[in-house]
Amino acid sequence: MDVAVFVAVFVLALGSSLAMLFARNAVHVALFLVAGQVALAVAFLLQGAFFVAAVQVIVYAGAIMVLFLFVIMLLGVDQREALIEPLPGQRPLAIGLGALLVLEILYASMRGLDLASASPEGSAALARLNADPGNVEALARLLFSDFLLPFEVTSVLLVAAIVGVMALARRMGGPLTASERSDRAEEVAA
Amino acid sequence: MTRVDPGYFLALAGLMFSIGVVGTLVRRNAIVIFMFVELMLNAVNLAFITFARMHGELDGQVLVFFVLVVAAAEAVVGLAIILRIYRLRESANVDDVNLLKW
Repeated sequence: MDVAVFVAVFVLALGSSLAMLFARNAVHVALFLVAGQVALAVAFLLQGAFFVAAVQVIVYAGAIMVLFLFVIMLLGVDQREALIEPLPGQRPLAIGLGALLVLEILYASMRGLDLASASPEGSAALARLNADPGNVEALARLLFSDFLLPFEVTSVLLVAAIVGVMALARRMGGPLTASERSDRAEEVAA
Repeated sequence: MTRVDPGYFLALAGLMFSIGVVGTLVRRNAIVIFMFVELMLNAVNLAFITFARMHGELDGQVLVFFVLVVAAAEAVVGLAIILRIYRLRESANVDDVNLLKW
């Protein structure tokens, strides 16, 4: 049963990532990314990470991707990518090096296979943790004890991000761009 | 918990990460490049979850939590920068932002 689920997750996640690579439209890329993220959430569930799977769907596939789609819509959907190549040979080189990276990582994870079969008690230990205090509670205990300082730093990061975005997105004084000028002209005409 | 060997999950994470790297190098639209960066972060999250299972500890899952928070902050700031460049240049193409290139 779980092998079938894993095969489905594998096909869906890899297929949607590949489709991202070949999709022309930015909205399609975003939707394929959402599909891949939901598939990854199932992979998290398979491995006993229940809380993180829920957060993955709510925060990633929900909030962050909606933000992406919002910006894509704001900038205009019909943005075709330029086919002019400023760096000759970059595309084939990128694909070749990507294939090399795949080989490297596959080799490393094959070694990981040996490593994992050498220590099969990890799954059992995690299952015990998920059963006795529960996944969320065990995670919370760890987060608020051993990882308390990183947790606090995270809150500083979030405040800095909010302030930074407000500073960046604010409309500064200065010359208007072409579209802004036409917008103003339309307002005046109306 | 699944009987599927952790190595297969690691292979999936590695393949998705590589696709993210290639996409980042090949695509030209700034938002699309950004989405490939998110794909790479997702692949790394899967690797962390798999390591947590291999070692039978929850530290990997806590790290995924932090990666999620940083990814959210990074997405917001990055999209604001892209928006700002778009207002200035009327384009989301990364090749149009070449003022600092010699």
